[in-house]
Amino acid sequence: MKRITNTLKATVAVFALGTGMAVAEDVEVLHWWTSGGEAAALNVLKQDLEAQGIGWQDMPVAGGGGEQAMTVLRARVTAGDAPTAVQALGFDILDWGAQGALANLNDLAAQEGWDEVVPEALQAFAKYDGKWISAPVNVHSTNWVWANKAVLDANGIAIPTNWDEFVSAVETLAAAGVTPIAHGGQAWQDATVFDAVAMGAGGPDFYKAAFIDLDEAALGSDTMKEAFDRMAFIRAHVDENFSGRDWNLATAMVINGEAGFQMMGDWAKGEFLNAGKVPGEDFLCFRFPGTQDQVTFNADQFMMFDQGGSVSAEQAALASAILSPSFQIAFNKVKGSVPARTDVAGDELDACGQQGMADLASAASSGNLFGSMAHGHAAPASVKNAIYDVVTAHFNGEYDSETAVAELVDAVSIAK
Amino acid sequence: MAQATQDTAIRTGRVTRTLIYLVLLLFALFYMLPLYVMVVNSLKPLDEITGGGMMNLPEMWTLEPWRKAWSEAQIGVEPTGLKPYFWNSIQMVVPAVALSTVLGALNGYVLTKWRFKYDTILFGLMLFACFIPFQIVLIPMARVLGVLGLAGSVWGLVLVHLVYGIGFTTLYFRNYYAVFPTELVRAAQIDGAGFFQIFWRILLPSSGPIAVVSVIWQFTNIWNDFLFGASFAAGDGAPMTVALNNLVQSSTGVKEYNVHFAGAILAATPTLLVYIVAGRYFVRGLMAGSVKG
Amino acid sequence: MATRAEADFRTRLQNWIPKLVLSPSLAMMLVFVYGFIAFTVYLSFTDSRMLPSYGWVGWENYSKLWRLSHWEISLTNMAIFAGLYIVICTAIGLMLAIFLDQKIRGEGFLRPLYLYPMALSFIVTGTAWKWFLDPGIGLENVMHTWGWESFSFDWIKNRDFAIYTVILAAVWQTSGFVMAMFLAGLRGIDNEILKAAQMDGASNWNLYRRIIIPQLRPAFLSAFVILAHLAIKTFDLVIALTGGGPGRATELPATFMYSYTFTRNQMGIGAASAVIMLITIAAIMIPYLYAELREKK
Repeated sequence: MKRITNTLKATVAVFALGTGMAVAEDVEVLHWWTSGGEAAALNVLKQDLEAQGIGWQDMPVAGGGGEQAMTVLRARVTAGDAPTAVQALGFDILDWGAQGALANLNDLAAQEGWDEVVPEALQAFAKYDGKWISAPVNVHSTNWVWANKAVLDANGIAIPTNWDEFVSAVETLAAAGVTPIAHGGQAWQDATVFDAVAMGAGGPDFYKAAFIDLDEAALGSDTMKEAFDRMAFIRAHVDENFSGRDWNLATAMVINGEAGFQMMGDWAKGEFLNAGKVPGEDFLCFRFPGTQDQVTFNADQFMMFDQGGSVSAEQAALASAILSPSFQIAFNKVKGSVPARTDVAGDELDACGQQGMADLASAASSGNLFGSMAHGHAAPASVKNAIYDVVTAHFNGEYDSETAVAELVDAVSIAK
Repeated sequence: MAQATQDTAIRTGRVTRTLIYLVLLLFALFYMLPLYVMVVNSLKPLDEITGGGMMNLPEMWTLEPWRKAWSEAQIGVEPTGLKPYFWNSIQMVVPAVALSTVLGALNGYVLTKWRFKYDTILFGLMLFACFIPFQIVLIPMARVLGVLGLAGSVWGLVLVHLVYGIGFTTLYFRNYYAVFPTELVRAAQIDGAGFFQIFWRILLPSSGPIAVVSVIWQFTNIWNDFLFGASFAAGDGAPMTVALNNLVQSSTGVKEYNVHFAGAILAATPTLLVYIVAGRYFVRGLMAGSVKG
Repeated sequence: MATRAEADFRTRLQNWIPKLVLSPSLAMMLVFVYGFIAFTVYLSFTDSRMLPSYGWVGWENYSKLWRLSHWEISLTNMAIFAGLYIVICTAIGLMLAIFLDQKIRGEGFLRPLYLYPMALSFIVTGTAWKWFLDPGIGLENVMHTWGWESFSFDWIKNRDFAIYTVILAAVWQTSGFVMAMFLAGLRGIDNEILKAAQMDGASNWNLYRRIIIPQLRPAFLSAFVILAHLAIKTFDLVIALTGGGPGRATELPATFMYSYTFTRNQMGIGAASAVIMLITIAAIMIPYLYAELREKK
């Protein structure tokens, strides 16, 4: 014990000498990972830093997939009291970058070779104006379908590979008296499904034109109407009680065999694993039919706030620890996502995780890796929410598909 | 006061009385319902909840969720439970309630017994302040706290709650003191008593009921505030509601509803106690104060 | 013993003390309320998105605001919500107060039962209500297991009725408080008048209609102010109970404002909606304050 303490002290001393700082300061980290597994994984990071003599000031604010934390962040920055590092997603990071509030991590990135190991589509959200401003933790992909294998087998359903097969699978389940699709009626869940449906209906070029380039012709096209029609089909095959349901309760329906499929990001896997289910045996994971080659992603990152001009040693240590292969694997094993760097070995991940890593690598190299609209990696928050409004209103029967297309064009133009 | 607390002189027949009791009991059930749901489910193991039967009594009674919510649940990266945050809330609530009540009392005293030109307009301005939606003050308030160097400190939060509580406390005390005989104040003045002496010796001793109203109102509002607590407190200084929110709203993973409900009741214990213990005075104070105004 | 000059000084000091005592509160009001309101009004004319920024855009945010169907929905909901909430709370509060005033045994037990919901934060009672109203696990399910198969109560899942479940939960929270205000008013009424009227043979109904309820006028006004302010600030409840759904069926101006200012990075539009809200509050409050305060003179 004593030896370890001594070694620690020595490390700290060397570290302090190296950076010319007498005392290591705390890092303050704002995040919304408060559920058991995530928090435990984050604790690995904390201990990592504490071993280097850096204190961890925890500032958790849960709620709304980080919305609450982003509100708090704005108050903190306005007060001139920005945290060291803040968990963030997609465009939020670029927006803060544009405000000039983030630190320039380029020296560290060059030293550790981030440019070579982080996929380019992801770098687009971790760099602003050529400067690294945040450290990516993971890559989630959102166009997954989760299925109960026993239910599919009992009804003689093979994994559907295109929309028509999916339609017939859904209808078979409906005829058998099983809820075909487990879904939670919350705007972001509706939009998550819509992401995959639109990608399937129009292909990657259409997806990019509509959600990333926000091209009015694509937004108002017949393909978009087709996507809404498909949403209406899905709406017709969820149970009556879907509205307002949390996503994990929808997952539970698939786990218990009450429902056949759920369209949800890879974080759903944790629910299956927690329930003691085995991928490939009890449940299946596959890409949404018709999007086998594409990956829509969102990535959690820690953006680093400027602490008065230069990157402090503590901040650099934190960023470096986040991107270290050991943390990337340890964290993503728990979270269900895959590492943000493509050079780590995925042996420790389960079957779905390994497929996820392989899909990510091939999509990245073939130009099929796109940011998820539903998760703020295709368009800024204002546009994303405007699309949410229309998708949700349509899904809940407020608009028919034709009106939805018109409203979509209008809503995006107001929000742009 | 004795005259005011008596029951009505209305007389009612037996049938009417039975009906009245029936209605009162039905409403009691209605008010109890959510608390019943919370308490019952906080005493069950999780699988009984997810297995359905929300309204059923537990098959296996357990206090485990309560223990877990208090000392073990994951709030941030470390499983601390709600315990450490309880003290944070107390540290913030006590000075904020005390200061806003004292200032409210002084304001009420000035506005009723030391009237001057335009005092009603000033009072109107203070009253209108009660209605400002908190969401819009967040950003400018953050700026001001930053400039004052109070960001991320308990005193910053106390200031915020003081500012947005004064309107209410002033309203309560003003309406209460308005019916207090001004002649007593004048007489004391003639005897040479000063401003604070009169307040201390004459008004304060009879301010009990309205002070209770003010304390209850402020205590409940401040204790239950989430928005300011989350925005203006430093991580480990966060109040109870922020911790509770982190417990309940965690984004992924198993939702332990039994622990959530236990945590919710724990977080609400101080306010519940205040209501039950001081509830009697609350009605009496309201009666003497704001309503008659 | 005091000299004349000293006495003068004392009197003058005495005249100044009240104003000095009042001044910190007033200063805080001016900065933290009216200053911030002015700031918000200014923001509503700027191109602020994520953080305040000061590019002047004129009325653009307002014209965008009125083009949003989202805003229309939240205004309509506000009208339904505020109207029914205020009326129902007042009615229930008054009824319970009158009933509790009939020398009821167990009043001391019932009163805190009616009052306690006000003490709880909606972060969690929202969940309890959500469960109770959910047809899958709540009331409907319970009725089904008790054998009433045709019972149906799925308002929270229904776009046209979800707003009424928000009203239900809101009424649950505050009607007890309104009861306390009316009870206080009732206890303050002079019994001599009632006895005299009773001797003249007035029925209970007439006593309440003609004598008692008119005397509760201040209580009605206070209840109205408290309820109106709570209605306008209703935010947590919607977030916890429905999250604004199904679809956007239960959005209210407060949730609209929060979402545009903070989650959608359209602070300008959020500020514009806040200004409209403030104007609405002022339109309701100023006549009330005027009437109340003028009377006192």
